[in-house]
Amino acid sequence: MQMPAWWNTVREFKRPWWWKWVVWIAILAPGLLTIAGFLSDVLRDTRWLGSNPVKEGEQILGLLTIKYLVATLAVTPLRRLLGWNWLARDRRTFGLTAFFYALTHFLWYVLLDIQLDGAELVVDLTKRTYIIVGFAALLVMVPLALTSTRKSIIRLKKKWTVLHQWTYLVPILGVIHWWMSVKADIEEPIVFSLTFAVLLGWRLWYARRETSQHAATPSATSAAP
Amino acid sequence: MLIRPRTSADLPSSEITPESLYLNRREWLAAAGLTIGAIAGAGTLLPRGLAAQQPAGTPYGLQKDDKPTPWADVTSYNNFYEFGTGKDDPAEMAKGFKPRPWTVKVDGMVKKPGDFALEDFLKAGKVEDRIYRHRCVEAWSMVIPWRGIMLADVLKRAEPAPGAKFVEFTTLYDPTRMPGQRSDVLRWPYREGLRLDEAMHPLTMLATGVYGRDLPNQNGAPLRLVTPWKYGFKGIKSIVRIRLTDRQPETAWNDSAPNEYGFYCNVNPTVDHPRWSQAKERRIGEFLRRPTLMFNGYADQVASLYTGMDLRKNY
Repeated sequence: MQMPAWWNTVREFKRPWWWKWVVWIAILAPGLLTIAGFLSDVLRDTRWLGSNPVKEGEQILGLLTIKYLVATLAVTPLRRLLGWNWLARDRRTFGLTAFFYALTHFLWYVLLDIQLDGAELVVDLTKRTYIIVGFAALLVMVPLALTSTRKSIIRLKKKWTVLHQWTYLVPILGVIHWWMSVKADIEEPIVFSLTFAVLLGWRLWYARRETSQHAATPSATSAAP
Repeated sequence: MLIRPRTSADLPSSEITPESLYLNRREWLAAAGLTIGAIAGAGTLLPRGLAAQQPAGTPYGLQKDDKPTPWADVTSYNNFYEFGTGKDDPAEMAKGFKPRPWTVKVDGMVKKPGDFALEDFLKAGKVEDRIYRHRCVEAWSMVIPWRGIMLADVLKRAEPAPGAKFVEFTTLYDPTRMPGQRSDVLRWPYREGLRLDEAMHPLTMLATGVYGRDLPNQNGAPLRLVTPWKYGFKGIKSIVRIRLTDRQPETAWNDSAPNEYGFYCNVNPTVDHPRWSQAKERRIGEFLRRPTLMFNGYADQVASLYTGMDLRKNY
């Protein structure tokens, strides 16, 4: 297939020197601004987060988690589509960012929303399905975050790849948690569910295409373990 | 330490040290008078000392530490899905809404039905200012100085027929004026209902204003229901029809999620919403949560309406 000339320009785009600064700002600024806005609202009677800053902040952090899960899962398709292999190293950054926003979202809920009410926490974590599902998503992320180091990749070898396929479960649990927590306004959960469906669906499609291409070449089949 | 768990839940609410003493970022607003809040929020002067007109221990059941929620919050933190599902959507999207001229239909099982221009409709009763607690089913709360008439006066003028047992309320349905109605978040128009004795109760108001001014559009202009012992979503906004009937009316949220929202919607700290506890609430403007009071603190006035009823089933 003949691609237009600009397509080559796009594919040849290299990681610019300022890229890491863009990433750093993108991952830190939303969280820091949310916390700063919250503190200002509580201590100085501003309304950066509206009239109910505890609730608003909690929701912002949940949404940031979802958005960084999108970024994490978008890295590999973008590498394949645009040939931007230099994006690879940002995948871990985005994944860890999603984890830290999820953790902050949970701590926010425990400390600021239910305000260390142990009895309420126990009921929530045992009876309220959407909280159980959200907590499960956080738990799944813990071993992934702990084994995100280069050392772990080398030490765990193949097991690392298998373990990190659990990543795909996190956005599914995440959107279920979100979907179940809203009253009737499901528009945003739908949009992000579709986004995840595309990102996960692409992987299925790509894996299937790879297998069939390998099957077509006799040498590849014989070399397969 | 900033955050401390509540240990005084067994004390009567009147003996609990107001949480506002620990940390209340907006207390000074209320303390300095509603005027300041008005300047900050709307840039217009409001009647002075409205809060002082109604000291603690009035028949309306205001507690000592109930301070009116600033105008800025009352008019910017709203659930009014006809103008969007976000809390700040209604203030933005209802800006161009024209609540006049307005007609209210009173019909069903009444001896004197009719279509009333709002001005004539309101002649049924005497306009009063009343400060009520407002508890949302989402576990936040406010204290709101309403202005309006008693629903009982409207019903008396219409003369309920002998068999009438319920009152059904309907919001305006007009997607061109209420853009939120173009999406199917609820089955439009919004409908609510009360038992006739609840509707006749002296606490039940039809509000036409807050803070002594006409209701802002986002608060349900020009006419909304106020039942302070029930969760906020009972307070149907922009009412165009009041119908008396002998059957329990269908209500919008019950229709949407019957396991979560019943017909009665009475504030009850012992009956949880399936997805969250109702034992405590976050008063807008305060950091620490307060215990939620039975019937939102209006038990003395309304508990007798429900004697013998299982409030766990009739939520």
